[in-house]
Amino acid sequence: MIRVILPQHLRTLAHVDGEVQLDVEGQVTQRSLLDALEARYPVLRGTIRDHVTQERRPFLRFFACEQDLSHEPPDAPLPDAVATGAKPFLVVGAIAGG
Amino acid sequence: MSGVRVLVGTRKGAFVLTSDGKRQHWDISGPSFGGWEIFHMKGSPVDTNRIYASQTSGWFGQIIQRSDDGGTTWFPPGSKPDELTTPEGMPKGESNKFVYDTSTQSGKPLTTHQWYDGTQHPWEFKRVWHLEPSLTDPDVVYAGVEDAAIFRSTDGGVSWHELAGLRGHGSGPQWSPGAGGMGLHTILIDPTHHDRIFVAISAAGAFRTDDGGNTWRPINRGLHSLYIPNPTAEVGHCVHRIAMHRSRPGVLFMQKHWDVMRSDDSGDSWHEVSGNLPTDFGFPIEVHAHEPTTVFVVPIKSDSEHYPPEAKLRVYRSRTGGNEWEALTKGLPQRDCYVNVLRDATAVDSLDPCGVYFGTTGGQVYASADAGDSWAPIVRDLPSVLSVEVQTVP
Repeated sequence: MIRVILPQHLRTLAHVDGEVQLDVEGQVTQRSLLDALEARYPVLRGTIRDHVTQERRPFLRFFACEQDLSHEPPDAPLPDAVATGAKPFLVVGAIAGG
Repeated sequence: MSGVRVLVGTRKGAFVLTSDGKRQHWDISGPSFGGWEIFHMKGSPVDTNRIYASQTSGWFGQIIQRSDDGGTTWFPPGSKPDELTTPEGMPKGESNKFVYDTSTQSGKPLTTHQWYDGTQHPWEFKRVWHLEPSLTDPDVVYAGVEDAAIFRSTDGGVSWHELAGLRGHGSGPQWSPGAGGMGLHTILIDPTHHDRIFVAISAAGAFRTDDGGNTWRPINRGLHSLYIPNPTAEVGHCVHRIAMHRSRPGVLFMQKHWDVMRSDDSGDSWHEVSGNLPTDFGFPIEVHAHEPTTVFVVPIKSDSEHYPPEAKLRVYRSRTGGNEWEALTKGLPQRDCYVNVLRDATAVDSLDPCGVYFGTTGGQVYASADAGDSWAPIVRDLPSVLSVEVQTVP
């Protein structure tokens, strides 16, 4: 079971509390994880990745296991600790005022 | 007795203000979508319970919200459980999918537009500035977006399709963004000829379609703008807002970057009606609900000083279709006022006497229940107001 922590605004949008738990088929990568997340919560499509290019939105970052994975290739395997559910995958909004 | 529902979009959420027909005592609900920019909310003229909202964020992009109960509850269209998947089991979630149509069948190639420094810049979707529900069908709604284009939904906002003839008009490389971006902010549907739609873009100008959005032409003859190389060019004008009265759709009033303008021939030509205004810079323009030649503007000092001249917040009213303007000040701050009123932040109701409303960047929403003669704040301390619309409800 993969664990995902979303920023507050996306939790509100998807009507979820706390962590999201997902089943991801095959190798666990950014792409497969986000595909599974969007399949479960279609309202999140376009909010993390661009609808067309599938690129990460510029003000979001991906962290896991105390590492910044934002610039890793989308098909690169995520750390084993994420794949096993020992550690969560974090979608984080960039720090900015307002 | 009829009442009113004022829909207020702010930098940090949506608010709904309600009152009875006297418009003296108000209930304030919200914020909905706290923390998000609500660029615009507007209700269907044929179903007052149906309201569309543009919810945007620099972090998370564009969301479209819909209410079917007058703003009590909201949902992204297409997100109800029975709507979540296609018959093939694929997730939909496309109510926030605004993709320019570049198909060979109905689209136009994606071009570039002029950037602030005069170079060419890619056309990129950023947000929905304005939502304009159909005059006849609550499931049909138009969206004006940045970078400038017009989209239409025929399924209540579940999915959107660009009317690409506008973006593909051919003059796109000459369009440029205003300070707030290159947004399509005005959509006016002719109530007597539904295939005729007027739009306005900052900074491209005004355009009109007479065939339901397939083809468009610029309608900027008579505009004069000193911030473009040719002041009378066919496109490139920074039109801030256009307004019309339902009974006279061929008569249009425009607040341009500078100049208040009027057209008596559906935009084919324009003439200036700034008259005795203290400054003819401003953003909104509105027409009285029952008097087609009574027009309201809110003059702002200049394009680099976005606050009222002399720090006095004054709405100006012309009862003659322009040129002769009177200051409306009763109940409005007449000293130390440095707020702005944005282009989509004024509205009128259809009660008698006509109610007039506007919101400020300082978070005040003012109402007049006597066509502007006197004003009172409904609420003083909202986040900065981006848009105000009003519904007259049974």
